[in-house]
Amino acid sequence: MNFAALPARAAAAPGLARWGRHLTAQVLVDAGDQAVILAIRDGMLVSAGPAPSLMPRFDLALRFAPDGLVRFLANPPPPGWHDLMALMRHGALRVEGDLQPFMAHLFWFKGLFALLREDAA
Amino acid sequence: MIEPIIGRYLRLDLEGRTHRLYVEEAGQGVPLLLLHTAGSDGRQWRHLMNDAAVTNHFRCIAFDMPWHGKSSPPEGWQDGEYRLTTAAYTGMALAVAAALSLDRPVVMGCSIGGRIVLDLAAEHASAVRGVIGLQSSAFVAPYYDTEWLHHPHAHGGEVCAAVVSGLIAPSAPDRDRWETLWHYMQGGPGVFRGDLHFYKGEGDLRPKLARIDTARCPVVLLTGEYDYSCRPEDTLATAAAIPGAEALIMKGLGHFPMSEDYAALRPQLLAVLRRFAGIP
Repeated sequence: MNFAALPARAAAAPGLARWGRHLTAQVLVDAGDQAVILAIRDGMLVSAGPAPSLMPRFDLALRFAPDGLVRFLANPPPPGWHDLMALMRHGALRVEGDLQPFMAHLFWFKGLFALLREDAA
Repeated sequence: MIEPIIGRYLRLDLEGRTHRLYVEEAGQGVPLLLLHTAGSDGRQWRHLMNDAAVTNHFRCIAFDMPWHGKSSPPEGWQDGEYRLTTAAYTGMALAVAAALSLDRPVVMGCSIGGRIVLDLAAEHASAVRGVIGLQSSAFVAPYYDTEWLHHPHAHGGEVCAAVVSGLIAPSAPDRDRWETLWHYMQGGPGVFRGDLHFYKGEGDLRPKLARIDTARCPVVLLTGEYDYSCRPEDTLATAAAIPGAEALIMKGLGHFPMSEDYAALRPQLLAVLRRFAGIP
């Protein structure tokens, strides 16, 4: 799970920024032993760094069950674990906080996390 | 190239209100009524209705439900909220079949269409020759807040398409994946959510399953393995509750098999249709 490479990978993904052209948010990704802040401006992923242990600031949080995220990141992923909404169905992803940026830009979030899978391959 | 599919409009009364429905037709033979998924329209059947292996034996009819595709909502729609119910959906399928003089059609539906064929089999076995349910189950529990599908803070077309995008198998060809999603992007405001009122709430058909007599109305259920809405285990549980029903879980397919990857569905579906063509 290489979050550090994600901004460059997102910038190179065709169409991704267009799906998120009005998306500006700070997003906490909590995956058990790893917590990352995604800083997003107008659909561009500006940074993806470790979340501060003290008083992290974010608009919404994506909290993954670690084993669910491992299955999601498999390439190819097993049926039923291949999409963010599939993880929600299993209870392996909880989205908390202001849901509007997430739902209004769902193609962007799905596209971004699929890029993380390519890193894991 | 001109496709063999012909489209016309049908005027009929449904639940006491006048409707104008768009209906497509192709082929000759045993009548085959085709029901699309929630929030989409009859274009989902485009590959099947261009497949001579089907249309040489079946008169295929695909209509857009009211509010969907090229069918209009009824007059006065602006004053209410669209909500699909079991009674309205079953009545609609029977009314279209009657208006087109279809003699005991085979009815094949996907998702909500796969759900309502169970009601037709349970309550109207004498009106149908048999039913095929794609992505069919008697009930689906909600797993997200459907309010977002019709909310002024999210683009309805984009959010509806994005929500269902993961229901398509990863191996589906891009062209058909994005055409399937485009149909969702073109849905009217609140229509997909209104269909889910039936799919995830009112339309719980579990109590009716034991009533289905497969000697009078054969039931076959085909479900793609990547569907996490109507999951394979949901289809298998539904089939197990219907004595004589058959179920098949299909590899490499998701929630929209006829639209997302018809080539992968085709051999499994043709085997079923060959048997249904022989039903007197």
